[in-house]
Amino acid sequence: MTALLDLFTTVTLLLGALFFLAGVVGLLRFPDTLSRLHALTKADNVGLGLIVIGLLPQAGSVFAALKLLLVWLLVLLAASTVGQMMARVARRAGPPR
Amino acid sequence: MNPEFLAAIAGFVMITVVIGLARILWGPGDADRVMAAQLLGTGGIATMLLVGVARQLPAAVDVALTLAMLSAFASIAFVKGVTAAQDEDDDGGGGR
Repeated sequence: MTALLDLFTTVTLLLGALFFLAGVVGLLRFPDTLSRLHALTKADNVGLGLIVIGLLPQAGSVFAALKLLLVWLLVLLAASTVGQMMARVARRAGPPR
Repeated sequence: MNPEFLAAIAGFVMITVVIGLARILWGPGDADRVMAAQLLGTGGIATMLLVGVARQLPAAVDVALTLAMLSAFASIAFVKGVTAAQDEDDDGGGGR
């Protein structure tokens, strides 16, 4: 059982790190601000989410696991709000560049 | 779970996010630069959570929570500042 949970953690953590890598590559390589924002929010929400899910079996107690989930929920809420506001600023700044 | 693997993932995330800071140099817009800083905030949260579980430090999760609050506030302050400056520029213009 422990080995299975460790395997689950390994796979999800590697996937989360891959999403962070993809987000950074998108931030550096995509042509305009809005598509860069699109790549960034994927890294924000899914990358951190996969890392949190992977850490849940290793948290030790139910309270610690709930706290990890709370961090992710807070980041989800903040990132989705900030994503909308950032897109509005980018759109007001003029045509895509 | 061996802590070395968790620490390796934490280091990998931190290195990729720091590479992403090159967007602050390149720009071109202010929004791009703030987005890179926001990604640094998220990467820092992930690193803190990984280190907290790897070293069995519950306080690291509190650090991650604080970082989440701060990066959200920083981005919102940027957006508020930019929109306030634009509204002053075209005052009386009736919207955009």
